[in-house]
Amino acid sequence: MQEILNVLIYGLVQSSYLALVSIGFSLTYGISRMPNFAHGALYILAAFIVWIGLNVLGLTHIFSILVAILIAAGIGGLLYWGVLIRVRGMEASEIIATFALSIVIVELIRYFGFFGTSYGLPPFFEGVVTIGGITIDYQRIIVIATTFLLVLFLWVFTHHTKLGLGFRAIAQDEHVAMMLGIDSDLMAALSLAFGSALAALAAVVWTPITQIASEAALNVLLYAMIICILGGLGSTIGVLIASLVIGYSQILTSTLIGPEYQMIVPLAAILVILIVKPSGIFGKQKELEERV
Amino acid sequence: MHQIKEVEEKGLRKERIDRPIKARTDDIYFLSSFREILYLLGPRIVLILFLLLFPVFSPNPYVLRIFELTCASAIIALSWDFLVSSVGLVSLGHALFFGLGGYIAASFSAYLGFPIFLTIPIAMVGGAAISTLLILPCLRLRGIYFALVTLIYPLLLVRVIEATAILGGTLGITDVEGFPNYLVEVYLVVIALLISFFGLRRLLNEDIGMVLRAIRDNDQMVRASGINVTSYRALGVFISSMMTSFAGAYVAHLYMFVGLPHFGLDYSIFPIAATIVGGIGTISGPLIGSFLLLPASEALRALGPLRIVLYALLLVVFIVGKPEGIMSYLQRKYHQIERWIEV
Repeated sequence: MQEILNVLIYGLVQSSYLALVSIGFSLTYGISRMPNFAHGALYILAAFIVWIGLNVLGLTHIFSILVAILIAAGIGGLLYWGVLIRVRGMEASEIIATFALSIVIVELIRYFGFFGTSYGLPPFFEGVVTIGGITIDYQRIIVIATTFLLVLFLWVFTHHTKLGLGFRAIAQDEHVAMMLGIDSDLMAALSLAFGSALAALAAVVWTPITQIASEAALNVLLYAMIICILGGLGSTIGVLIASLVIGYSQILTSTLIGPEYQMIVPLAAILVILIVKPSGIFGKQKELEERV
Repeated sequence: MHQIKEVEEKGLRKERIDRPIKARTDDIYFLSSFREILYLLGPRIVLILFLLLFPVFSPNPYVLRIFELTCASAIIALSWDFLVSSVGLVSLGHALFFGLGGYIAASFSAYLGFPIFLTIPIAMVGGAAISTLLILPCLRLRGIYFALVTLIYPLLLVRVIEATAILGGTLGITDVEGFPNYLVEVYLVVIALLISFFGLRRLLNEDIGMVLRAIRDNDQMVRASGINVTSYRALGVFISSMMTSFAGAYVAHLYMFVGLPHFGLDYSIFPIAATIVGGIGTISGPLIGSFLLLPASEALRALGPLRIVLYALLLVVFIVGKPEGIMSYLQRKYHQIERWIEV
C-alpha cells in the first residue's frame, strides 16, 4: 500500500515536472512551427541567473525569479528578431541555428564554472508534509500546483485574451490570420519569448529540488522533445497526457528495476510511438502533413 | 572607401559573366584544348596532389597527426553534407555513427583480437547497419523528427554504457591495436577521403543521386512515381553512417582508445560547422570547411571549452549571414570574370 502511494505521489511530481519543461517547447512549435532547440539552454540560464541574483547581487528570491523569467523571455524574442526571422521556413537552418545558440549558452555557463553538483537554489518554503505515511516536501507540492495553475492559465489565456486568440489563429492558418491583421512576425517573436519564459519558470520551480548543472540543458531539451513527439507536436493536451505516461512509467521503472534505467523509458516510448502512431497521441490534424 | 566613392561618381557597377570555357564545358561538353581540360581538372588535381603529398613533406609528427584527424573529420563532414543536401535529413547526432564505428572496431580488436584490416570493414558495415536500424522508425516522417531522434541516440547510448558498465563503462576500451606504421596510418585515411569525395560526386550524378535529391525536394512526387521513399532514405542513412563509422573506427585505432567522448557533442557539431562554413550541398565545401576549422581549432586548443562556443557562434553567423558558405564564393571567382562597367 505504502509503495503504491509512493509511486502515485512521486509519479505525479515527475509528470508535473515533465509537463512544465515541455509546455514551452510545445507552445512555440504549435504557434509558429519553429523548434526551439535552445529551450534547455534557456532553462539552465534561468537557474543560473537566479543563483547569481541570490548569491552575487544579493537580491530577494522573488525578484531574482522575475528577472530570470524576463531575461529568458527577452532572449527568446531576440532569438527570433536576430536570427530566426532570417531563416524562417528553412527547417534545417532553424534547427541548426537554435541548436548552435543553445551550445553557445551552455558552454559559456560551463566555462564560468557551473557544472558538477555544487550549486543549488533554496526552496520557496522549507519543510515537509506527510500524506498517508509518505513524506513530501513543500517544493514538490509547489511543482504540482504550478503545473496545474499554468495549464489553467494557458487555457484562459488562449481562449479569452486577444493575444492568445492571435496565437491560436496563427497556429491554425497563418495566411488567413495575416489577412485579418495579425502580425505573423510579432506573434512568432512573442511565442518564442513565451516559450522561453515557460522554460525559465520550469527552471526556477524545479531547480531547488535538484542542482544547477549544465548537463541538465540537454536533458530538459530531450524531455521536452520526447514529450512533444509522444503527445503530438504542438498539442497541449497531448503534452499533459504524455507527461503522465512518461512520468509514471519512469517512477515505476526506477522503483521496480533501478533508477539508472529511468532514461531508457522515454526512448522506448518514442520508438514505439514513431512506429505505431507517428503523429503522436493527439496530433490528429497534422497527421497527413508529417507522414511521407 | 575611396573606391566606393569613385564607383558612385562614375556610375559603375560590377558585372559578372561566365568564363567562355565554363559556358562551353557546361553546355556541350566539348573540350578542344589541354588548357580547357586543365581548367576542369585543375582543382581536382590540386586536391589529390595536396592530399597525397602533404604527408611526405611534413616530417613533424604533430602536424601529421592533425592532418590525419582533419582528413577523418572531413569524411564526417562529407557524410553530413550528403545526408542533409541530397537526402534532406538534418542530423544532430553524427556522434552516434562515429561512436558506433569506434566501439565496434575497438571491441573486435581488443576483445576478440581481430587484425586491423578486418576490424575497420566490420565497424563500417556493422555501424552503418545498426545506425540505420535504430533510425529506421523515424524515416517515414518528415520535419524535425529525424533531428530529434538523432540528437537523442548518442546521449542515450552514453547513459546505457554508463549504467550497465558494458564495453569498458566510463573508462572506455584501452588496449586497441594501433597501426603498424605511419604510412598505413596516413594513406589509409587519405585514400578513404579521396574515395568518399569522388565516390559521392559520382553517386550524386547517377540515377540514385537524382532520386535522393528528388526526395529532398518533393517526397510526395517521388512516392507518386512508385518509388519507396523510406527505403531510399534508409539507403542514404546507410551510406552516410558507413562513412562516419569508418572515421570512428579509424580514430579509435589512431588513439588506440575508445571511450565515451566518442559519442560526444564535438563529433555532432563539427561536421555541421564545417559544412555550413564551407558551403552546404557542394561536396567540396565540407572538405574546405574541415581543412579550415580543424587546424584552427587545434591552434586555439588553449581556449579549452570555448572552442565549441566559437564553432557554434561561427555556425550562427554563417547560417544567418552567409548561408551559401565559402565554396560558392570560390566557385564564383573560378568560373566567372568580374569587371566594372558603366551603367
